[in-house]
Amino acid sequence: LPEVVGVLATYQFGFKVADMQRTFVEQAQQAALGCLAEAGMTPDDIDAIVFSLAPTAFMGVADADRWSIDSIFGAGKPMLRVHTGGATGGSAMQAGYTLVRSGMYRTVMIVGAERIAETPDAQKVLNQIFDPFYEKDMPLQTITTVAMMATAYMQRHDITQEDLARLIVRQRKNAMRNPHAHLKGIITVGDVMASPMIAHPFKLFDVCPRSSGSAAMILGNLDAARKFQPRPAFITGVGAVSDSNWIGDRIVPTTEYDFTDWKLMRVASRRAFEHAGIKDPINEVQVAEVYDAFSIQGITQLEQMGFCSAGTGFRLERENAWDMDTGLVAVCPSGGTLCTNPIAVAGLVRAIEAANQVMGKAGEHQVKNVRNAVATAVGGIAQFLTCAVFSTDYVKEH
Amino acid sequence: MAGDTRKIAGNVLTEQVTLRYDYALGEVAGKFMDGLRERKILATKCSKSGMVYLPPRAFCERSFEKCDSWVEAGTSGVIEQSTIVVRGFEGSRPPPIAVAFVRLDGVDSAIPNYVEGLDFSDVEKAMKQIKPGARVEVEFIAQPEGRITDFHFVLA
Repeated sequence: LPEVVGVLATYQFGFKVADMQRTFVEQAQQAALGCLAEAGMTPDDIDAIVFSLAPTAFMGVADADRWSIDSIFGAGKPMLRVHTGGATGGSAMQAGYTLVRSGMYRTVMIVGAERIAETPDAQKVLNQIFDPFYEKDMPLQTITTVAMMATAYMQRHDITQEDLARLIVRQRKNAMRNPHAHLKGIITVGDVMASPMIAHPFKLFDVCPRSSGSAAMILGNLDAARKFQPRPAFITGVGAVSDSNWIGDRIVPTTEYDFTDWKLMRVASRRAFEHAGIKDPINEVQVAEVYDAFSIQGITQLEQMGFCSAGTGFRLERENAWDMDTGLVAVCPSGGTLCTNPIAVAGLVRAIEAANQVMGKAGEHQVKNVRNAVATAVGGIAQFLTCAVFSTDYVKEH
Repeated sequence: MAGDTRKIAGNVLTEQVTLRYDYALGEVAGKFMDGLRERKILATKCSKSGMVYLPPRAFCERSFEKCDSWVEAGTSGVIEQSTIVVRGFEGSRPPPIAVAFVRLDGVDSAIPNYVEGLDFSDVEKAMKQIKPGARVEVEFIAQPEGRITDFHFVLA
């Protein structure tokens, strides 16, 4: 039988624009050390390391997996780097999960760091991910391509910019209770509407910040959990899926997985929920840490995950359905990626927040009576999607 | 390399790196760019799935077969997605600019390019003109040079 996999410890460190006191590898080390201390483990207790490392062009040191080996105690152990853009942390977590679940290793540490303030040429860096022949001459990057998706989604479902603004107001308020959040505060719909237009319909407040910082998570099998963590969050379901590089194939009548409605997330979440035995997400899942680098992005995923039907998520937002204290499901009680986006570990932070909620360790933004929490991550222009379920109890295999 | 500099001031090392690349167009993009020089937008077709692709592909992602013919795309089409970039992007053209994914007549996929000739003094109004479903036409520049920017879209 495959091994049961539990989260033994998590750690987040220092999300802000820039950390001028430390290097990249020193930031990564802070997360590794913090997570080991949280678990009561030493580097010798870790069998393998998955390094969560997204594009490195922002910080300038290319492919810093090699630079980081010593700082994250990788020497002498199997170490692999995972990179799927914004989904990197979600994919890295699933890689670590697979290594433990297969029985190959007893414990795995997933760790990573992000630095983004080194270059003033960030938009140029983001444009570099596009095809050099057909796409790169356009102002295509993550903001503009998701803005185009938002235009089509909002027209299809009659959603207004004010609808997006209500979500931003809620999540910035949630972030007030999260000491790790980068952007936070009590703002109004009017404040969002008054923020400068970047790419229609996205204004400044619709867009996540770029955050520097680091994070780590230690996974273990039941033997390791008995020794180091009597109350782990069990990973009871995972799903991942990718889709065509060509955005223009995914927004036309012939597409199988319409990008405008984020249909691909249905595939990733169905796998995760089936695995976890979840049939009715809105009644069985208490916390959803959906990856939302933009205001439009989290709700569209909730719809495809089956929390509500397509096009209804923003109407439910008007009725406070996603409020962390009084709603049907607590959506991004941490404030989400919209408030804090350390790209390389943003997906890992979603998993950390979901696991913390299940373990009762979320601090001031802890939601009551959490049995199941779900975390997603999104990379590329929604080409890489991951979904994972964290639970207080694990499903016995047949 | 030309333009590269490194200097230390205070606790910060500042470096400027200039990178140069030569990207091979390959067979398919090469033929597409040749077509642009003749004011034609060339798509590839898979006879097995019936799909017509822009940008053109060497193989069909539906049938997993080689795309076996070239067809000329229509000179007008429908906007599937669009945005107006108002600020925050230092691309080849200064904002405001409009960009849209357009499905040209006779083609199954959409291709992005600039939408020209819009009045940006009222962005909300300009967005309504290029909303998904709006018809546009292809317009070529005076001297095509075999680049994607040889053409753009204008309102039909």
